[in-house]
Amino acid sequence: MSVTNETSLVERLAARFGDMLAVKVERNEVTAEVSPRDLISVATALRDESGFRFTTVIDVCGVDYLSYGQTEWDTDTAQGDSFSRGVEGQAVGRFTWAERPRGVEQPRRYAAVIHLLSVELNQRIRLRAFCEDDAFPVVPSIVPIWPGADWFERETFDLFGIIFDGHPDLRRILTDYGFVGHPFRKDFPLIGNVEVRYDAEQKRVVYEPVSIEPRVLVPRTIRNDADLDQARAESADHWREN
Amino acid sequence: MEEIRNYTMNFGPQHPAAHGVLRLVLEMDGETIVRADPHIGLLHRGTEKLAESKPFNQSIGYMDRLDYVSMMCNEHAYVRAIENLMGIEAPVRAQYIRTMFDEITRILNHLMWVGSNALDLGAMAVFLYAFREREELMDVYEAVSGARMHATYYRPGGVYRDLPEQMPQYRESPWHKGGDLKRLNAWREGSMLDYLTEFTNDFPKRVDEYEALLTNNRIWKQRTVGIGIIDPEKAQAWGMTGAMLRGSGIAWDLRKKQPYAAYDQMDFDIPVGVNGDCYDRYLVRVEEMRQSNRIIRQCVEWLKANPGPVMVQNYKVAPPSREEMKNDMEALIHHFKLFTEGYGVPAGETYSAVEAPKGEFGCYLVSDGANKPFRVHLRAPGFAHLSSMDAIVRGHMLADVVAMIGTYDLVFGEVDR
Repeated sequence: MSVTNETSLVERLAARFGDMLAVKVERNEVTAEVSPRDLISVATALRDESGFRFTTVIDVCGVDYLSYGQTEWDTDTAQGDSFSRGVEGQAVGRFTWAERPRGVEQPRRYAAVIHLLSVELNQRIRLRAFCEDDAFPVVPSIVPIWPGADWFERETFDLFGIIFDGHPDLRRILTDYGFVGHPFRKDFPLIGNVEVRYDAEQKRVVYEPVSIEPRVLVPRTIRNDADLDQARAESADHWREN
Repeated sequence: MEEIRNYTMNFGPQHPAAHGVLRLVLEMDGETIVRADPHIGLLHRGTEKLAESKPFNQSIGYMDRLDYVSMMCNEHAYVRAIENLMGIEAPVRAQYIRTMFDEITRILNHLMWVGSNALDLGAMAVFLYAFREREELMDVYEAVSGARMHATYYRPGGVYRDLPEQMPQYRESPWHKGGDLKRLNAWREGSMLDYLTEFTNDFPKRVDEYEALLTNNRIWKQRTVGIGIIDPEKAQAWGMTGAMLRGSGIAWDLRKKQPYAAYDQMDFDIPVGVNGDCYDRYLVRVEEMRQSNRIIRQCVEWLKANPGPVMVQNYKVAPPSREEMKNDMEALIHHFKLFTEGYGVPAGETYSAVEAPKGEFGCYLVSDGANKPFRVHLRAPGFAHLSSMDAIVRGHMLADVVAMIGTYDLVFGEVDR
């Protein structure tokens, strides 16, 4: 991405917004965390003021941070001959609707992530606004600022149930007519709830509860032994050639 | 006096000009559009959610199936996002191969576009001409990956394997024999790169043929000139990228502005439109085909001269060779771990975008350090473009809606994901 601009963009952000934004730079990408209350004023300034000129909204999407950093592959306890091989937990794809994880608390669960682009200054920024109430996640809509955010917000509402306050037409967009639930939430089953088929007797398409079983082939694991560092050290070693 | 009311019309989802499964609810005043409400999602497969349940590499194939006429460009965005997070970089030769295949993909896409758009607007022949060249390029896809469309060829750390030394040839059969067989195999004597050299020498003439059919065609101009005018400010506000933005006169192209792969080594031009109407976008896309041809030629020359590895030598990410596996315990373990568990990607987030034929195709990837992505979001250009439908077609005639759907270059695999 536009490497040359980043430091100065961060400086400009700090000078203009101060504490309103928590800015961080990783891999030459600027991420700014903003509270939903300030989102509209920040976004308007980012679009209009010289030095920012983010005239294009590239993307708006939701993230559900439930189960972030959790694994289901337990290798903590060693047995006599090997590590234990227990798949634990209810990660994506492992549960049905009836068995979905409930009562799991995750502070600041939902976030709306906005990617902006300035064609004029060739710079990008990522804004993240965490919803304050997990039971009723609300973020102000940026459609009045960028009309292009319209469908992206509808999609985020559809898939994550994040409400965009002030959106002119917040309907479902990707899921079926009459769909129940928000499928990209981490506590929504991968197999879904209903399936459809054509019923020859009734001569119409009917909805039925899903008949497939949840199935995941590879457990979710997080290795703490820094695989990549090890690999780098190994390749630097050239022990293989010797 | 008789009461006159607007009436509502369903356009699609089963309509030949709807480019797949677009359902458009149109409120009409006579033949004039008062309001257009596109209903999408009929092809929604939940790719992003599926990706969360699989190791990183197993989702590359899903990327082909998003925008299924620009397959490798989608893979490129996803693979680059993973590479970004892991801090690895593909070898130079792989970068050139990716550049070349991105451009082959662009030509494939634009051929599909020019053919089907012309078909929508009443010109049958262009479609047949365009598919002749598509066939030749899909043979290249097949030669390199074994699949004509859904290649799954790009991998984090490079590409799956090097380019083939021998371009596959047609064999004699009751359908292909004698002079016919000789003609089909004329370009296929040498390697795949020789085949592409022949193709790039030939292709500009073929583009001239499409242009002869359309550019000064009176009917084509009547259907496209002055239709769906988008001014540059509006285009930006609507989140438009690619030919939609360039058609309105803004020279914005990620290949130039934020170069990736080997694009900074390439010599090519960015065509821009003047009026921002359907006709200008047509001209932009035709010129892009010529420029892509130039880039392919440069890549072919470089690739012929510079052999080398096409995949990183990091066995946590890329599999060791079969030969090595047979003799080396360590290599066998790496192979086993890679194909059962996959690799962990350091926690963090990244957005990587490529200039796909339709516009900016981006992949926003969040990892928590696991062997599966925590969240993948795919930013499809068609989705952003189609959202502007209502604002643009208001006041146009019904027939112009078809021209507009065509000019958006929609593919519902990516719009619905």
